[in-house]
Amino acid sequence: MANTDFHLQFQEFEDEQGFTDNNQGATTVTIDDPIKSRKQRKATGTAFEEEDNDDKTELLSGQRKSAPFWTFEYYQTLFDVDSHQVKNRIIGSILPWPGKNFVEVYLRSNPDLYGPFWICATLVFAIAVSGNISSFLVHQGQPNFRYVPDFSKVTMAATAIYSYAWLVPLALWGFLTWRNTKITSLVSYSFLQIVCVYGYSLSIYIPAVILWIIPNEGLRWCSIVVALCLSGSVLVLTFWPAIRDDKPRITIAIISTIMILHVLLAVGCKACFFSTYEMHPSKAHNEPSTATNTSSTNPK
Amino acid sequence: MAEVEESSKPMFAGLSDISISEDIPVEGDISVPVSSHNADNDFSTLDEPVKDTILRDLRAVGQKFVHVMYPKKSSALLRDWDLWGPLILCVTLALMLQGGSVDSEEEGRPQFAEVFVIIWFGSVIITLNSKLLGGTISFFQSLCVLGYCILPLTVAMIVCRIVLVGGSGLVSFVVRLIVVTASFSWSTFASTAFLADSQPPNRKALVVYPVFLFYFVIGWMILTFSPSQ
Repeated sequence: MANTDFHLQFQEFEDEQGFTDNNQGATTVTIDDPIKSRKQRKATGTAFEEEDNDDKTELLSGQRKSAPFWTFEYYQTLFDVDSHQVKNRIIGSILPWPGKNFVEVYLRSNPDLYGPFWICATLVFAIAVSGNISSFLVHQGQPNFRYVPDFSKVTMAATAIYSYAWLVPLALWGFLTWRNTKITSLVSYSFLQIVCVYGYSLSIYIPAVILWIIPNEGLRWCSIVVALCLSGSVLVLTFWPAIRDDKPRITIAIISTIMILHVLLAVGCKACFFSTYEMHPSKAHNEPSTATNTSSTNPK
Repeated sequence: MAEVEESSKPMFAGLSDISISEDIPVEGDISVPVSSHNADNDFSTLDEPVKDTILRDLRAVGQKFVHVMYPKKSSALLRDWDLWGPLILCVTLALMLQGGSVDSEEEGRPQFAEVFVIIWFGSVIITLNSKLLGGTISFFQSLCVLGYCILPLTVAMIVCRIVLVGGSGLVSFVVRLIVVTASFSWSTFASTAFLADSQPPNRKALVVYPVFLFYFVIGWMILTFSPSQ
């Protein structure tokens, strides 16, 4: 071909060369959606959008946390969430839907530690602030009372909430793993997923704790019951698929243990920080020893 | 593909003729113009009077204070970070929050150590959080920014103490509430202005929220401070 424009001419490639057959594995660039094409080219797969129902999600989930646990990159994979993902997860933990399992719908294979850590921190400070405000409001009319901010509430609240959010998932995960050796269940959760569920389920308590500022017993108990129902149902709906194949006695035992611990946390926080004995300050001044005996777990 | 090379020859005919001949001079001076006394000046601060050394650092700290009070997107805070300013502010705030005298009801008031720990560990945790979320800012730069942005809250603490000298009734509480709220939002806004550019765009809210919580807690400690009388 003596054509000078050989290189400039458009050349047809026949189909027998099999270019279209290799499209599944080759990195083809689709120009219509540059974001999606960039995602398809990233074989290691970092952050997936919520709407991405690709099959690659399950395939690549095993490759997610490949960094060894003593490097910084391993912990970066645990914080691999966007703002709207966190917002969706919080909404999903507040409004339980009977069909939707929290882990399946929101976490998929991307449990994060941002949510549990900062929701627990917010809850600790919300309890401390609300407790101080409510005790201030209760004692407001008395001339002899001088308000002193009770800073020890922060440390107590922090210990209680963080141990609940980390030790209970640890125990539950250990127990579920042990039961999985006896019965093969279709659904098994990793430790981080259970921590994530527990952390996000505590998010309903933040508005409830803020409501506890109002020194009205009926309102406080009402808000406790509502918050318990919502977060408890999220927990039950999450763990039900994992344990329903087990013996009925074990299933009931696990469910009731989860609920009892949850109730204990809520009622314990209310009793410690928003004690009812403060409503009768004259009695409290006369009998300080009995007052400290009636408040539940508060060794000073 | 010999035909192709022959046909390409007329197009790229002149290329093969280009060669570097030896008579094109390729020479120059690659020595860096060194003003040797410049390097000496940076390291020989032993010769200057002590007043100059201290004043230089104080001027740098003061300049950063001005940057915090009028937050624009300047990179001066990030470029030349130092931790003197945060230390001065933290110690001042902790001393003022501790209260002066020892009295019997001191168990509730935050101690010096508690305030110190909250400020420094809070800053460290927020820095770790922003780095884990993929921020490009370095560890000490972030500590520097968070520490310097406590300045409005320290000013609010001073104002609150002055207001409390006058009395501790409802009016003074409202005044203190307004002052603390204004300074806490100023702090949050200032630190966001400095930190926002280094974060990935879809996670800005995740990074700003802990900063908000941090300054809210410090503002709360300032607001509930009651003097010992």
